[in-house]
Amino acid sequence: MSRRVLLIEDEPNIIEAIRFLLTRDGWNVNTHSDGTDAVKVVQEAKPDLVILDMMLPGRSGMDILRDLREIVELAGLPVLMLTARGQSRDRDMAEKAGVSRFMTKPFSNTEVLTAVRDLVAQASRS
Amino acid sequence: MASLNLLLSVCFCYVILLFLVAFVADRLAARGRSTWLRSPLIYTLSLSIYCTAWTFYGAVGYAARSGLEFVTIYLGPTLVMIGWWWGLRKLVRIGRSHRVTSIADLLSSRYGKSNTLAIGVTILAVIGVTPYISLQLQSITLSFSIFADADPGSDDRVGATVIWVAAGLAVFAILFGTRNLDANERHHGVVMAIAIEAVVKLVALLAVGVFVVWQVSGGIEATMARIDASEIGRWQVDGGRWASITFLAAAAFVCLPRMFQVMVVENDDERHLRTAAWAFPLYLLLMSLFVVPIAAIGLELMPAGSNPDLFVLTIPLSQGREGLAMLSFLGGFSSATSMVIVAAMALSTMVSNQIVMPIWLSSQTQQASQSGDVRKIVLLSRRISIGAIMVLGVAYYEMSGGGAALASIGLISFAGIAQILPALVGGLFWRGATRLGAIAGLSVGFGIWMFSLLLPGLGSGLIPQHVMEQGLFGIAALRPHALFSITGMDPIEHCVLWSLTLNTLAFFIVSVASFPNPVERLQGAQFVNVFEHSAGPRGWTGSVAQSEDLMVMTQRILGTQDARDLFQREAALQGEYGQLPEPTPEFLERLERQLAGSVGAATAHAMIGQIVGGSSVSVQDLLAVADESAQMLEYSSQLEAQSEELSRTARKLREANEKLTQISLQKDTFLSQVSHELRTPMTSIRAFSEILRDASDLDEADKRKYATIIHDEALRLTRLLNDLLDLSVLESGQVSLNMRPGNVKDVLDHSIVSALAGADGSLDVIRDEASERIPLYSDLDRLAQVFINLITNALKYCDAGQPQLRITARTAGDNVVVDMVDNGSGIPTEAQAMVFEKFARVSAEKAGGAGLGLAICREIMQRLGGDVVYLAGQSGAGFRVTLPTKGEIKG
Amino acid sequence: MSERRGGETPRGPTLFLERQSYRRRRLSEVARLMPIFGAGLFMVPLLWPVGDESEKVQTSSAILYLFGVWGGLILAIALFGLVTRSWAKSDQREID
Repeated sequence: MSRRVLLIEDEPNIIEAIRFLLTRDGWNVNTHSDGTDAVKVVQEAKPDLVILDMMLPGRSGMDILRDLREIVELAGLPVLMLTARGQSRDRDMAEKAGVSRFMTKPFSNTEVLTAVRDLVAQASRS
Repeated sequence: MASLNLLLSVCFCYVILLFLVAFVADRLAARGRSTWLRSPLIYTLSLSIYCTAWTFYGAVGYAARSGLEFVTIYLGPTLVMIGWWWGLRKLVRIGRSHRVTSIADLLSSRYGKSNTLAIGVTILAVIGVTPYISLQLQSITLSFSIFADADPGSDDRVGATVIWVAAGLAVFAILFGTRNLDANERHHGVVMAIAIEAVVKLVALLAVGVFVVWQVSGGIEATMARIDASEIGRWQVDGGRWASITFLAAAAFVCLPRMFQVMVVENDDERHLRTAAWAFPLYLLLMSLFVVPIAAIGLELMPAGSNPDLFVLTIPLSQGREGLAMLSFLGGFSSATSMVIVAAMALSTMVSNQIVMPIWLSSQTQQASQSGDVRKIVLLSRRISIGAIMVLGVAYYEMSGGGAALASIGLISFAGIAQILPALVGGLFWRGATRLGAIAGLSVGFGIWMFSLLLPGLGSGLIPQHVMEQGLFGIAALRPHALFSITGMDPIEHCVLWSLTLNTLAFFIVSVASFPNPVERLQGAQFVNVFEHSAGPRGWTGSVAQSEDLMVMTQRILGTQDARDLFQREAALQGEYGQLPEPTPEFLERLERQLAGSVGAATAHAMIGQIVGGSSVSVQDLLAVADESAQMLEYSSQLEAQSEELSRTARKLREANEKLTQISLQKDTFLSQVSHELRTPMTSIRAFSEILRDASDLDEADKRKYATIIHDEALRLTRLLNDLLDLSVLESGQVSLNMRPGNVKDVLDHSIVSALAGADGSLDVIRDEASERIPLYSDLDRLAQVFINLITNALKYCDAGQPQLRITARTAGDNVVVDMVDNGSGIPTEAQAMVFEKFARVSAEKAGGAGLGLAICREIMQRLGGDVVYLAGQSGAGFRVTLPTKGEIKG
Repeated sequence: MSERRGGETPRGPTLFLERQSYRRRRLSEVARLMPIFGAGLFMVPLLWPVGDESEKVQTSSAILYLFGVWGGLILAIALFGLVTRSWAKSDQREID
């Protein structure tokens, strides 16, 4: 059974790019593009990793992350956060909220791939 | 036998001596060499004016009639003196610290400077004391008559004696009692003279006593045996009288105007009380030591029917000791004169200060400010008052005919004066005592005293016989000597009991029921807590302690560092490094000025006065403080107005600051939004270009697809950059408008064509071209940009199955109004306010708009002097564009 | 002035001071009671028999008693004055 990644992102072209990258690397990619019910979707999908955009319609990625960290069974879930705003304050806030990795757009494909591999490997080890 | 002429010349010499002593003492005091004049001994001796002729002659007579009862007259004052620590000390401290001039002044001052009370007390004192003065005159006349009787060569001169004596005393009192207006009301000459008289009367009485015991009777034991064998050989004292007269004497000792004069007003140093506390009782003891022996021997020796009041004179005369008799006469003379002088002085002060001056001042309002005038008027009124009091005394003497026994008049007078006691003691120890209470108590006591003691005691005719027997208005309960039908009591005891009880009761009840005015309350606190409010007696704590107190106080006001600096500077000025400065007048003045800067002049003065001065804070000081507080209040209300102004400014500043913060926040938000908008297409571009570069196994369709994405995102970036640039130019006002005449229809035609060209979706535009022919003068390209934007919006966001856009144009006054309403679901109400904000997106991003379009539209329309608003309440999304037909460029 | 250094208050032996002020307090209480005490003694004659002539107290005895009490009171208050004279040098407010 291949590892599953849930991608929460609202920009169609970016979804397309990440899906392409991860699928080729053997990941099973699910996508969701609305912030409002993102937490519920994560809970149901039980992915091995979540890629979360900061600016989402309905609800900000930061709030979703905070909610995710409140849920006990999702405590070990790796969350890779993406943002296009590129402010250092966001990084601090995200780290405080318990993000696993924080990346600024535009990213390099290799970087994303490595991050996903590393985070899932770390999570399964611990 | 002694000739009356010799007596008169001795008497005259004695008077001259007294004048001399008084004169020299005044001169010494004026030169500031009065220290020895103001010793505790002189103070004690001056108190002896308590012992009047009544005491000197009358005590023996009293003893001959009632045995030891006479001693109660001395026991009362003795008790008062030995209780000096909590009684007299307080009275003297208050008197000194408030610069009180008389007992009336003290009460008036305590009860809120009440003039009514002062006048009441003054009248009471005059009525109570005048008989007493005539009593003294009588005693002098009587003693003269003894010598006159014994001198065969004497003629009728005795009858006029009383006039001459009164005149002489008046002159003495005027000369030395009203010589000048001393701020402290102290009269060194008079005090010195009465001190000498005190010695004379004591020596005289002791001499007669010694003569009687050792010469006539043959020693102490023999005298004691003779006493026990005499009529007064057994203890037969009425208990009620014993207690009530002791009490009365104690009360009178404090309340008598002349006693108050020497004890409080003339007091120079509170510490003198310490000596007087034992010395004066000793003086009294010595004065009464030989009274019973003289009385007993006199009763035994003298023929029946001879006046026991004059035993002191008649015994030596009967034994042929004319010299001793002469000395005794001088003693009695001294007793009488000293009392009359001081009493006249004290009364004249009261009359002039409490009655004459208030009347004169209120009638002379305009000249009252001239202090020289007032001074003269005060002195004149005092002199006239002394004369008037003497005349009253003589008149009373002539009227009464000298009938009543001396002692009983003395007691009646005491009972009257004692009515002051409740108001006085209450005033000193009870803060709740009020002016009305004091007035009520005094009136009640005074009335009962007049009715039950004074008027019946003054002899025949003043109260009709039927009133005495059946009571006032025939009411038995109102008989003067049996009030409330209680009979069988001694009249003095009866009067003291009723008058003082009801007096105290009225005082208490009215005090509790009434409410004092502010000055009263202030003075009440000042009097009752005098030891907290006033400084210790002069020189009591020493100068260093004063400096320390000043330091502590200054620290409180100026702060520790400033105070320390100030004091160090002052010490250095005085040449004392590292020590506290001496409280020299210069230093105090500077300190006061310094403090005044912080707390106001009156407060500073009062504070320093409290620590340094012998006098405490007076009402004037406090009223000044109150005035200052009022000024401060006014000042602070000005400050308040200013601070309102300030807070308004501050509010504006705060608002401006908020705006700035908001703007900076908006700027931050804008920047992060711009960053987001730029990075999003760049992310796609980078990701797909990397895919194209790295993935070699892509098929041709994918390659084309990804290249198209890159291309589209690049276009999106360009659009965004154009919009941003456009907006920035519009916002900065640097836009150059190309104003030219045109027609709404032509602009719309052009706009619709441009907007729909190359669009994927379809949009049905409904127009009424006839109404669109409105000429206008504006930047037609910019206007077209707005229209294109709005049409594109409808094209993008209208969610109807068959999208339609209805365009209507009309004129409203000088304005063109163009409405564009589509048939979609419109914009939710909560989002309507936001649509013109930068990067505002109503729904999830559908097309590649950056969200700047409507912001740019609004910016353009405002430049053109018009506006674009969202039209609420339409079936779909509607925008209204308004612009002037004759456009002028805005901002 | 000379025993003071600067603005400091000398501490002194506190025990002694407290003892002293305690004594002062008691003494001032005695002084307050003195007139009441004296009044009581002066009222004692009221209890003397008044009935039969032979039972009455002789005036000479009465004189001795009254003047004895009187002299005693004078001595006592003089003594109090003597003791409190030394208070003059230090703060007297505490005993009010």
